[in-house]
Amino acid sequence: MQVAICSVLVGLPLALVVASALARCRFPGKALVDALIHLPLVVPPVVTGYLLLLVLGRRGLLGAWLYEQFDIVFAFRWTGAVIAALVMSFPLMVRPIRLSIENVDRRLEDAARTLGASPARVYLSVTLPLAVPGIVVAAILGFARSLGEFGATITFVGNIPGETRTLSSAIYTFMQTPEGDTSALNLTIVSLGISLLALLVSEYCTRRAQAVAHGI
Amino acid sequence: MTLEVRVHRWLGEFEIDVDFRTGPGITALFGRSGCGKTSIVSMIAGLLKPDRGSISADGRVLYDSELRIDIPAHRRRVACIFQDARLFPNLTVHKNLLYGLQLAPREARFTSFEHVVDMLGIAALLNRRPGALSGGEKQRVAIGRALLTSPSVLLMDEPLASLDAQRKAEIMPYIERLRRDFGLSMVYVSHAVEEVLRLADTVVMLQNGRVSAVGPLEETLGRIDLYPVMGRKEAGSILATSVIAHDDSDALTTLRFDGGALQIPRVNLPPGTLLRIHVRARDVALAVQRPDGISIRNILAGRVTETADSAGAYVEVKVAIGGSSLVSRISRQAARELRIAIGHEVYVLIKSIAIDTNSLGILSPADYLPRVTADAPGTIRGARPAEGEILLDVPLH
Repeated sequence: MQVAICSVLVGLPLALVVASALARCRFPGKALVDALIHLPLVVPPVVTGYLLLLVLGRRGLLGAWLYEQFDIVFAFRWTGAVIAALVMSFPLMVRPIRLSIENVDRRLEDAARTLGASPARVYLSVTLPLAVPGIVVAAILGFARSLGEFGATITFVGNIPGETRTLSSAIYTFMQTPEGDTSALNLTIVSLGISLLALLVSEYCTRRAQAVAHGI
Repeated sequence: MTLEVRVHRWLGEFEIDVDFRTGPGITALFGRSGCGKTSIVSMIAGLLKPDRGSISADGRVLYDSELRIDIPAHRRRVACIFQDARLFPNLTVHKNLLYGLQLAPREARFTSFEHVVDMLGIAALLNRRPGALSGGEKQRVAIGRALLTSPSVLLMDEPLASLDAQRKAEIMPYIERLRRDFGLSMVYVSHAVEEVLRLADTVVMLQNGRVSAVGPLEETLGRIDLYPVMGRKEAGSILATSVIAHDDSDALTTLRFDGGALQIPRVNLPPGTLLRIHVRARDVALAVQRPDGISIRNILAGRVTETADSAGAYVEVKVAIGGSSLVSRISRQAARELRIAIGHEVYVLIKSIAIDTNSLGILSPADYLPRVTADAPGTIRGARPAEGEILLDVPLH
């Protein structure tokens, strides 16, 4: 739960920046960036987790440096679980935002420019408000993916009670232990409840945002 | 208040190469669809970059390829009113209007929020969202939003093209009033003769991305060599007239022009009003003798000054009547049988109903507006009224 919320909080602004760049800018290597972001969607989660361990593990490429310089460790910590969830959910957040930005009418942006709005102002006052439905969808999808993340998490940060145990890994653990069935079932119900709530909230937000965007 | 435009730009296979300058008042960019009008407006607004050339407004250089000046759109102070209004759907009318106002430099502002809202009669709409407005209302809000940016040039890209005749009649007085109240330099893009006729002071005629004529309205629209550009259906001549008298029992109005008098269907304008009327060439007949026992009210003597062969069965004949001239389109066969030639005396016949009272250019007094009430925006009656009906129901202050 905590992991999922953190993952969305950190991931959403990042996804906004990346999605905006992909939707509106032309830059060299755009296709490569696009592919890299979407990679976790197609690579097995365990592979992603293993790669994270290689890069950010205490003896990893970046992890070793981070540990030596700043004493920061991600592997087998709850922050690592956030990173794993973030990487896995990132493509799911970028995609709807990108689509909704691409759908914002360019002619409205042009109109704003002739009214004296600088490009930054056009983005903040026209593009973003009109892309709100996509941003809401992104947050919900990101949250759901983070909540359900299992493969990459267990590979990267393990399943340490009180530290890196997420909802999914907790259910898995209970299923492995005798007499854990009831607990697993309880958690399953909790997880179902959270997911359902998230969907309902997202549906409501999207409707509101669409109504606003269509000027009703 | 001048705008100088000299731009060159390739758009795929299509080449735009224009050079014109405009004075104060409304300049119409006139031409058929696809002649490059909108692209030229986009270049003036800074939304499309010319390949080369220069654009300046009131001596302020907005773009110059040689001096490497390209002021971005948001700092040009060139406001644009688009065909599709382009209001921000997520904002109320009030916030749409404030959007431009907030961005206008304080020292450059020449009008107030209250004044604009009052002038356009949109006070009742302020809390609505654009989705709940009619086409005409949207366009009025768009005009207000553009005005509140206090632009030095106002571009209007076919602002009436997506409206029906009645809505057009609703908006036009506001545009006329912009010209009078603010002395703005305005560029009005249109392919409709009646709009140009009613609103424009200067006409820039465009054809295939090039300027085919620039000049004062009367002169330009009356040139028969330009008829193919205008489209033959609407082509005709412009007469500057003034209202002399009304005949209420017969519902006719008499106009005087340099060369004689004309009767047209009754218009509700006081005597002395200066009017610009459009007489379509197709509605003008010629006779070599003064006809007798004929229903046509307007029979004017004149002399042929110019003839032009148009493609097909017709020829255009320009006839000088006093200091004015009228163009008639008659069949080639008729011209031959009547021996119409330059210098001959002829009689010009115009049915009074042929004068389109919806495209009158009212030059003075400009101080009139349709009635606007809080809940029902003003409308002008009858886009195509039945014969004899009162055609313009415009209250005069």
